[in-house]
Amino acid sequence: MAENVKPRVRVPKTATKDEVITIKTLISHPMESGQRKDKDGNLIPRSIINRFTAEFNGQMVLDTTLEPAISTNPYLEFDAKVPETGEFKFTWYDDDGSVYEDAQKVEVS
Amino acid sequence: MLISRRAIVAASAGLAGLAILPIGLRAQEATTAPVKTADEIIAEFTGGAEVSEGDGVTLTAPEIAENGNTVPISVEAPGASAILVLATENPTPGVATFNFGPLAASQAAATRIRLLKTQDLVAVAKMADGSFVRTAANVKVTIGGCGG
Repeated sequence: MAENVKPRVRVPKTATKDEVITIKTLISHPMESGQRKDKDGNLIPRSIINRFTAEFNGQMVLDTTLEPAISTNPYLEFDAKVPETGEFKFTWYDDDGSVYEDAQKVEVS
Repeated sequence: MLISRRAIVAASAGLAGLAILPIGLRAQEATTAPVKTADEIIAEFTGGAEVSEGDGVTLTAPEIAENGNTVPISVEAPGASAILVLATENPTPGVATFNFGPLAASQAAATRIRLLKTQDLVAVAKMADGSFVRTAANVKVTIGGCGG
């Protein structure tokens, strides 16, 4: 179990209908690649976030498969459009079975 | 002192045994899960379909990355349904696969990746009509980013 995993997301609070908004997400996670060795020369087992999804009102924006080549504290930036007022739901899936979630509301005027 | 043939045979067998032992241990350590090559990952992504070079997909990466631990990259392929990114010379070549949903405003994404050494990055986009296009970018890495 990775410790101190904390998702951070930047989403504008308001938008106009169908406006393109840029979303930035970051989650603190060591993303242990499974390639590194500890000081005794033993391989440290892989422990990464292997999937990230972003949904808006249940509709998919981005579904990403992540591999060990993604840096520590995986950062993702992408564009979404919002057809109506609603909520973004972000989900990160850990190798160890943990699921981390964050939600952000957007008001459409 | 007279050394018998038998003694020599026994001694050399013992030496040979000692020499083999560490090699055996090392071999065992190296046998982890088999790693797919970049070509295998691309074949899996495309289902064996032909991949054309060039237009339609853009891969942006720095020409020189001082620190291979965190290299900013971005990919864009207007109209694509998915983009696969590979680092050909990493111990595990897979980097990420972006699948774009109906509310994606653009078929683009940016992230930060690890690169072991100077190498080519490859992006393969699956277009809406089911065709595939690929592009590559070379990144020079000053300090590798995979540990060990």
